[in-house]
Amino acid sequence: MYPVRRREQLAPRVVELVVQAPRIAAKRKPGQFVIARLADGAERIPLTIADADSSAGTITLVIQSVGKSTADLCDIDVGDAIRDVAGPLGRPTDLLAAGHAACVGGGVGTAVVLPIARALSARGVTVTSIVGARTTSQLLLVDQLRELGEVQVCTDDGSEGHRGVVSDQLAVLCDSTQVDAVYAVGPVAMMRACADVTRPLRIPTTVSLNSIMVDGTGMCGGCRVRVDGQTRYACVDGPEFDGHQVDYDLLADRLTTYRTFEQEALDRRGACTPAGTTP
Amino acid sequence: MTTPPDATGSNRTVSNKERMAVSRQRMPTRPADERAHTFDEVNTGLGHDEALIEAMRCLQCTRAWCVDACPVHVDIPAMLDRLADDDLVGAARSLLSDNALPCVTGRVCPQEIQCEGACPRGRRGEAVAIGHLERYLADWAADHPDLVEPATGVVPNGGSVAVVGSGPGGLTAAGELARTGHAVTVFEAFHVAGGVLSYGIPPFRLPRDVTAREVARLERLGVVVETNAVVGRTYDLDELRRDFDAVFLAVGAGLPVFLEIPGEDLKGVYSANEYLTRVNLMGAFGPDAETPVARGSRVAVVGGGNVAMDAVRTARRLGADDAVIVYRRTREELPARVEEVRHAEEEGVRFDFLVSPLEVLSDDDGWVRGLRCQRMVLGDPDESGRRRPVPVPNSQFECACDVVVEAVGTRANPLLTHSAPGIDLDGRGFIEVDDDGRTSLPGVFAGGDIVRGSATVILAMGDGKRSAAAIDAYLKGPQTWR
Repeated sequence: MYPVRRREQLAPRVVELVVQAPRIAAKRKPGQFVIARLADGAERIPLTIADADSSAGTITLVIQSVGKSTADLCDIDVGDAIRDVAGPLGRPTDLLAAGHAACVGGGVGTAVVLPIARALSARGVTVTSIVGARTTSQLLLVDQLRELGEVQVCTDDGSEGHRGVVSDQLAVLCDSTQVDAVYAVGPVAMMRACADVTRPLRIPTTVSLNSIMVDGTGMCGGCRVRVDGQTRYACVDGPEFDGHQVDYDLLADRLTTYRTFEQEALDRRGACTPAGTTP
Repeated sequence: MTTPPDATGSNRTVSNKERMAVSRQRMPTRPADERAHTFDEVNTGLGHDEALIEAMRCLQCTRAWCVDACPVHVDIPAMLDRLADDDLVGAARSLLSDNALPCVTGRVCPQEIQCEGACPRGRRGEAVAIGHLERYLADWAADHPDLVEPATGVVPNGGSVAVVGSGPGGLTAAGELARTGHAVTVFEAFHVAGGVLSYGIPPFRLPRDVTAREVARLERLGVVVETNAVVGRTYDLDELRRDFDAVFLAVGAGLPVFLEIPGEDLKGVYSANEYLTRVNLMGAFGPDAETPVARGSRVAVVGGGNVAMDAVRTARRLGADDAVIVYRRTREELPARVEEVRHAEEEGVRFDFLVSPLEVLSDDDGWVRGLRCQRMVLGDPDESGRRRPVPVPNSQFECACDVVVEAVGTRANPLLTHSAPGIDLDGRGFIEVDDDGRTSLPGVFAGGDIVRGSATVILAMGDGKRSAAAIDAYLKGPQTWR
């Protein structure tokens, strides 16, 4: 059992949980994730490790409620426990050695970007963060990123920062200054757009793929993605890949596999359709 | 009607002529039309009287060929002698001293090519139903732990062993080592122990509580099972070598093989590993399941082994009107057990032999709508000795289906071995070992599918038992290596 020590609502439908998991806290590196199962009978779902405290033996998970399983996890109370947490899974981020990195987070993907930005900053890399959301209330972790360097905020409705999408802001940044690497995590369309910006500029761009997983150890092949024409498993070969080589159409399509099932599960749970859930 | 011998010791007085006069007892099964729609166990098990009668059929050969043919060398004549005398406690203790997972092997072993294949009675008539009897005794023992298991624990000998993987190989090694007094911790990546017994073999062949009871018995022996522990990520091999006196690696093969034909990334295409894991481990068959699986009305399973049979029979139970095995050779070359093939056919599974898929076809929404296939014919034997299927010219056709499951083998999972750069691997990534399971790293042993490639439950258990003996000797003797 993995007790929940702290719970914070970061945004509508986005919850941060601090979970006691000492083995994982000691080992985890930026870019890695866990697979959690809330209770007997529950689904195994991959969740990014946004932060960890090895001395306290805790990891921080940022969870967006998009289906029944994530909704159940978001509803957990402090003092209750998650039945199973396995990890850290996936390969750690390949971190830029020196220079200037742009860290781009879209929605809950910002929680993936934060530990990468922290690790980059810790090794002396200059970090510029670009954080996007639909509206002000959906913005995540901006203050934490601000501790590491400049943060540019984008909202779809213009309620804060630039009105527009993060990829446009990334284009402006790359145009105006030397950027040595880009780390972009968020919805598929956003990662694709960022890769489209950096491809002609030949700026190495890392994206993190949230494909459907069961075991997280390479056993099932359900998370397979196409990268540079090759089949790769997001759980063991990734989750981070060269953003210029990813087949985003395939990723987006495979993410819709269980859409009907998920809707039925949500309906049974008695919840309404979450607003603006993108795969 | 034959009556079982009732007085203890009387089995020895039965003549061979009397034994030969008794015919083999039949395993009762659920009716095929009923079981094709439920995940309840197909075989329902012999009753007490049938078991005693069947045990009496054993000729008590002096040279026990059946024991030689058993990968874990169960002393079958001794077990059946006691069973025929209705000495259930003695028979069960005899079995458990040789076999750590008898409830499992009594259900899933290919007895027809092992113990029963070697039984002299099979040469004229039918072999003793050793598998059915093992299952009967093992289930009885699981129902009566207080009568069968020792009341006092094993005296610890100070040794500690890490077992990586809680499948049949790992659990067997753990049980053997715990019985000899070693402190054993089993590391399992999933949230439940059992490995392929939990995620792979469907409950209609091996009910989940059967595996759970075997694991619980090992825990009563002192084995500690640590779940959610992915060795290669949560721990690496060097840590285990530092914290334990020896390590046994039994992580299984673990990576699915795909056909590498166009269309495999379409929605509705599964590896058998994923399909079976969703259903067996995650319970996707239940009405309130939280883990989804695509339930096709027409499901094509590619492959002809036991895993393919498990997948296609699962598809029937998930509601497929048409569940078909697509296999590129003929019925004679099917690697699956005869019983599995027969059960599948009884349940309405269709077999399409001499057919090889070329492409998975897509509908407008990116879901499977069929397989483009070609007919094959058997040509000359290949290096494995089996006749190689070759395409028939101009024989392409479409097979309509909405789910495709590929059960065409597994590869070595590099997750663990990548975290242990010093360990010697063969060209395909499997761990190289000597006859006792020693790897190139001192104190590290390995067995099962991560050594053999795709094999069987009982062969992995044989590796576990052999390596456990070698680990015991290594820890008690001078710690020399290879």
